Amino acid sequence: MAGSSPAAPVSPPGALLSAADVARVVDRMAHQLIERCGGGGRAGDDRPTLADLVLVGIPTRGAPLARRLAARVEAFSGTPVDVGTVDITLYRDDLRMRGVRALEDTVLPDRGIDGRLVVLVDDVLYSGRSVRAALDALRDLGRPRAVQLAVLVDRGHRELPIRADYVGKNVPTSRSQSVRVHLTEVDGADEVLVTEAQR
Amino acid sequence: MKRHLLEAADLDRADATLVLDTAAQIDAALAGREVKKLPTLRGRTVVNLFYEDSTRTRISFELAAKRLSADVLNFSAKGSSVSKGESLKDTALTLEAMGSDAVVVRHSASGAPHRLATWVRGSVVNAGDGTHEHPTQALLDAYTIRSRLGRLEGVRVAVVGDVLHSRVARSNVRLLSTLGAEVTLVAPPTLLPVGVGSWPAEVSYDLDAVLPKVDVVMMLRVQAERMTASFFPSAREYSRRYGLDARRMGVLSDDAIVMHPGPMNRGMEIAAEVADSARSTIVEQVGNGVSVRMAVLYLLLGGAPS
Repeated sequence: MAGSSPAAPVSPPGALLSAADVARVVDRMAHQLIERCGGGGRAGDDRPTLADLVLVGIPTRGAPLARRLAARVEAFSGTPVDVGTVDITLYRDDLRMRGVRALEDTVLPDRGIDGRLVVLVDDVLYSGRSVRAALDALRDLGRPRAVQLAVLVDRGHRELPIRADYVGKNVPTSRSQSVRVHLTEVDGADEVLVTEAQR
Repeated sequence: MKRHLLEAADLDRADATLVLDTAAQIDAALAGREVKKLPTLRGRTVVNLFYEDSTRTRISFELAAKRLSADVLNFSAKGSSVSKGESLKDTALTLEAMGSDAVVVRHSASGAPHRLATWVRGSVVNAGDGTHEHPTQALLDAYTIRSRLGRLEGVRVAVVGDVLHSRVARSNVRLLSTLGAEVTLVAPPTLLPVGVGSWPAEVSYDLDAVLPKVDVVMMLRVQAERMTASFFPSAREYSRRYGLDARRMGVLSDDAIVMHPGPMNRGMEIAAEVADSARSTIVEQVGNGVSVRMAVLYLLLGGAPS
């Protein structure tokens, strides 16, 4: 370990993103959110403002990711941003194939999502089916002014016409690989791993 | 989870907790929404097979299935081929041939759901069989206790009244003890079943002695339709010794709650002023019933079809 500072987190070989990379990527995405929303509020500018923004995480790892993004947006812009989570388990189209699983929280800000800019936040964008389920769930929860999508990793292989508005990192993968995002809040460490799936 | 929910003993502690947690999540997810409907069970068919009268249980199951977007068939013995003499088995096979994924059954014969479960391929949910069990009622009671008191472990529950005929009592004793609560049955000796000593519960004949020591009082309905012998001298005497009136409510600890599975005999086992008091969870129980039954249907039907 000579030469590396003691505080630097060590990622195993094969990590696509280290903890420091994850932090940088989240910061960049926060800046992009501010850029998209920053100009609103002035006369003649009908873009949404940061006050209109709601970051809605898709559990499990989208939820802490949304909270982190909100914290960074607030740190850079000085404006607090509303955060929520929406559990999509009951909206999935693969329950019959994959069986039931425990539900997670659905929490929306007190102001709700009507007329606001909702940015869905997830860790990995793959087939797009989670996002479709989240869109269905949002439709039952209110009528946002617009819905956008932010993901930490886009690994391709879409099965639905869905694309992300904010991407932390594009990673070309094969379907036999598996992309794992670990976050401190859930897994005890920040890193993104690409592994060959065990068959 | 097992494929069927026939009695409270089908649920171990982990399963029962999963049902309650799922119900709580569903409750939270649907709270304050305009569209109280989820697409989860689209294309699944749930049959409500009711051989006995019921208001809240049948409606509750129907609403739970509909909120999960399942198709619901309501069958009641009255006005069906049952009055022409069709057997339970033939009726069940007919419904299965029409493609039902789950059968919710209420029957006056104890054990009917167990028989049914051996004949059909889908899931069977017991919605009350004779004097045997009513597991979803016990789940919604446990859910109500947990949401009011914040816990089940160590909660002291008195179950008062006609234990002999009560499927609610049987299921509750089993489920609540599975979940770590301490149950005391309070009833006149004539209304306690044979073998009650082997149940995971204490037994007392003296309501006044038990009330100050409990967190939950669950009053049971005096089931006039099952009173085939003289179990107590008069309704008045029963009410005086085992009815919950305002005076008795006064000796309860400050945050103790009063429950009743309904339908109530006001003035018999429970006084109107008790039923309508702030301690009473009776209306809450009905609302919680829908969430708990949604959780049960989701957990039984959401997975891979067998």
